[in-house]
Formats: sequence, structure tokens, C-alpha cells
Amino acid sequence: MEEAIIIKGLIIFGIFAISLTIAAYETYFERVIAAYIQDRVGPDRAGPFGLLQPLADAGKLFFKEDFVPTLADKWLFIFGPALAMLTAMMTSAVIPFGDSIMYEGKEILVQAIEVNIGILWVFGVVSLGVYGILIGGWASNNKYSLYGAIRAASQNISYELAMGVSIIAIVMMSSSLSLRTIVEEQHGGNWNIFYQPLGFLIFLVCSFAECNRTPFDLPESENELVAGYHTEYGSMKLGLYLFSEYVNMFISSAVIATLYLGGFNYFGMDWVSTQLIGQFGETVGHNLATLLGVMVFFGKIFFFIFVFMWVRWTLPRFRYDQLMDLGWKALIPLSIVNLVITAAAELSGMALIVNWLGLAIFIGLAYAYSFLFTKTKASI
Amino acid sequence: MQLTNRAKKTDKTPLTLAERTYLPGIAKGMGITLKHFFSKKATIRYPEQKRYLGPIFRGHHILKRDEEGRERCTACGLCAVACPAEAISMVAAERAPGEENLYKEEKYAAAYEVNMLRCIFCGLCEEACPKEAVYLRHDKFVPVFTSRDQVIYGKDQLVEDMNERYERDAWTKEEMQKLWAQQKPVNY
Repeated sequence: MEEAIIIKGLIIFGIFAISLTIAAYETYFERVIAAYIQDRVGPDRAGPFGLLQPLADAGKLFFKEDFVPTLADKWLFIFGPALAMLTAMMTSAVIPFGDSIMYEGKEILVQAIEVNIGILWVFGVVSLGVYGILIGGWASNNKYSLYGAIRAASQNISYELAMGVSIIAIVMMSSSLSLRTIVEEQHGGNWNIFYQPLGFLIFLVCSFAECNRTPFDLPESENELVAGYHTEYGSMKLGLYLFSEYVNMFISSAVIATLYLGGFNYFGMDWVSTQLIGQFGETVGHNLATLLGVMVFFGKIFFFIFVFMWVRWTLPRFRYDQLMDLGWKALIPLSIVNLVITAAAELSGMALIVNWLGLAIFIGLAYAYSFLFTKTKASI
Repeated sequence: MQLTNRAKKTDKTPLTLAERTYLPGIAKGMGITLKHFFSKKATIRYPEQKRYLGPIFRGHHILKRDEEGRERCTACGLCAVACPAEAISMVAAERAPGEENLYKEEKYAAAYEVNMLRCIFCGLCEEACPKEAVYLRHDKFVPVFTSRDQVIYGKDQLVEDMNERYERDAWTKEEMQKLWAQQKPVNY
């Protein structure tokens, strides 16, 4: 039992360390990808290929002046970035990073905590995350910061609705809130993205908004609002805000991969697993198969992180009313449509066919509607 | 009334449903950025790789020697007269017997100084020189200095080194482009 707890602790420690390392290197890769998309080279001076750049950035941030404005609410000003970072890190606890490790006949899950309310935990913590930004923006006692914070809050609340409704469709399919069960339901190529293409799109857009990434980076909007909610922040407090954004990006990539791309599942994993067990025996073979699954999962996460950055350097920022229109008038109705289609599909017993059929009918109806009623309307 | 040819006719036709979702447009844009991800980089990595400055670039001053290693400058002072910034000053001296291998003419510059704080790199000294002695190098900047006693360049910094003779390696645009193309990209 003791060893199991130690291994569990190591897994939790490892997940934290990996989250932080990946978040640090996301800052580096963001710059490299930006540079490549803009036909330039990017950071390549600090260490080989500029790989020590995150360390240099962190060192620089630590040595900058740690400034608290006189009229700011001092404790909340300090608490804001801490809360943002804390909530960003907490979400990783329920994500199943891999299958399980066999150790002395015991099976230990590669997951910090396995709770049967996993997805609720993610949502609860993510909705707390907005407090970090809101408190930071309010405590700064600066109207631009407050504007940024309010924008962040209303944006997060608006998009959380559509996100939640698109999740309900997933929960209806797997009839469980546990992320591990959702992943195991997708075993054997039954990835949710094939059943829920519309839901996937909605979830992807909403997670962009939840992470405050371009095109939804209105809380920051450096050229409209000075810098938004972190205008008054400097030194490592600013660093924590920016860093928590990158942690959030990693976590939401992980959640997308878990919910829609089958988590640690990959095609032909049963065959690989039996081969490995046949080759190396029950314990080692199983552990190797788990390791392979973890690697596949991280591959999916990295792909989505790349998509996050790719979109950032492609699309311009929304206007605020456009952002609200998209959230309330497009994504929420669409997610409800998706919910209805999924319900019909689950009831009919032929989930795949009915889902796609429902989607096709919906698109056809939308086209017919636009053809009949909006043809003469001049575009803006 | 049309004033220029740059005016573009705006498309006022209503957007189709696919256009109003913006998804095809977004996909197209992402395709364009992904294409740039794999395209050739325009970066010149400066300290390792230097851009060819061009055949008529005016940089560091040089006092040329002739083929036998004799200083060409005869200290006539025309460069100093031509200099609009009054950066050049010199002291003339007479060549002693036995110094014929050092100086080309009977008169030479015992001291020749260019004040780099004053110099505006206009190139008028080059044009004024009747002996083709003073040039502004096309391949070398005047290095950065941090104190005022480093800015007056004497003969020690100006007179040409016979081991590395200065030659202008391109005179036309075509020759320059050829040289430019030879610059090797630095990869690491």
C-alpha cells in the first residue's frame, strides 16, 4: 500500500512538473511558431536552438521590480495571480494521462485522482479561474484593468454555457462524468469527434475563448486597453498571469484530446498491447503499452497546442459585440441543436449514422432558410 | 470621377451561409499561414552572417599604398579642404634620402588624422584626392567607440596593411548581386 501511495505521489508530482515544463516551453514554441509563420527565425541565441529562452525569460521576470500601486488593494493584488496559477494547475489533477501502471500486482492509474465527477471538477475549477483575472483587474484600481477584467469575466461566462451544453452531449453518450470512463468509452477508434463533429467545433471555439487566446484575447487587447487586466502588474506577478494562460492552454488541449480524440487511445492499441505483453511479460508489457499510450496522448496535446498557436497567428481579434454575438446567438443555439441530435442518436441506437444524418438535415435546413429568407438582405 | 487606378470595386452581394459562418475563410487563412511555416526564411543572422554592404558603401577610411608598398599620400591637403565637416588634418614632411621605398612622392604625411566624431562619410575626400590615396572602405564599418580618446584615427589605423590589401570587389550592381548570392546561410 505504501509503495502505491509513493507511486501516486510521484505521478502527481510528475504531472505538475510536466505541466509547468510544457507551459514554460509553450512560451518558447509560441515565439518560434510565430517566427516561422512570419518567415523569420525566432529565438535562437540562448542555448542550442534558443532552448534556454524560457529560463532566461523567467530569470529576467524575477529580477524586475515587484511593484504594487499605492491605491491598489494590496492583498487582493497579490492574491490575483496566485489564484490564476492555482486554478490553472488544479485542473490537471483529473485528466487521465495514461492507462495504468502494474506494480507488484497492483494497478496504479496514471492520473492524479480518479473521481467519478471528473468533467464537473474541470468545469468547477475553470469557472473559478475567472476570479484570478477579475480580482487582479479590480484590485489594480485602474479603469483599463477593470475593463479588461470585466470583459474576461463576461466572455468566460458566455462561452462556458455553450461549452457546458456541448459537454452534456458527450456525457449523454458515455453516461458518465468520469474522464477515465469517457476515454475508455472511446476505445477502439470510437472517438467522439466522429460522433460529434459539431460538438467538437463548438468545444474548440469555446476553449479558445476560455483560455483568452486569439481571436478571443479581449481581456488583454494590448492596443485597445493598454494591456487589459494585467496593466498594473510587473515582475513575476505578471509572469504568473501569462504563465497560467499557457498552463490553461496545455490543460484545455489535454481536455479536448480526452473528450474528443480518445485520450490515450490509438488505433491498433490492443494488438500492440498483446504483442508487448507476449514479448516482455504481463507487468513490463502492460507498463510499456501504457507508456506508449501516454506518448500518443501527449502527441495529441502537442497537436492542439500547435493549433492554438497557429490560429493565434492567423486570425485577428474579434470586436466585443461580435464576440458576444458569436457566443450567445451562434454557439449556444448550435450546441443545443447538437444536444438534440445526440439525444435522438442515442435513443435510436445507431449513434454514428443518426448523428451525421441529423447534422446533414440541420445544415440542409439552415441552407434552405438562408436561401429563402436572407437572400435579398444586403451584407454589411 | 476616377482619380487613381487604385480604387477597388467593393463586392456588395449578400454573403452565403457558408461565408457567414466564416469557417471556409478561416480554413483558407490557416492554409496560408501553414504554407508560410514551411517557406524560406528571410532572416540574416547578423554576427555570423553579414550582409554585403554594396560596392559604393562608404565606411572606414583607408590610406592606400601603391603596388610596391609606398604610401600614395603626398599631404597636399585637398581632402582636408574638401571635407565639409573639417574632420581631416595632417602634417606634411619632406622625404629623406633612403625613404624612397616608403613614400611615393617627395612630400608625405608625417601625421594624418581623421576625427570620427566629425566625419559624415560623405566621400568628398575620395573625390578630392589627386593621388588616389584616401578611400572609404566598402566592407568595413568604423567600430563602436566608448570614449573620446578613441575617436581620432591616426596613421596607425588608416594606412593600408600590405598583407591584406584592400580591393573593392565589386563595382557594378551585377557583380554585387553575385557576391551577395555567395553569402552562405548560417544554420545551427
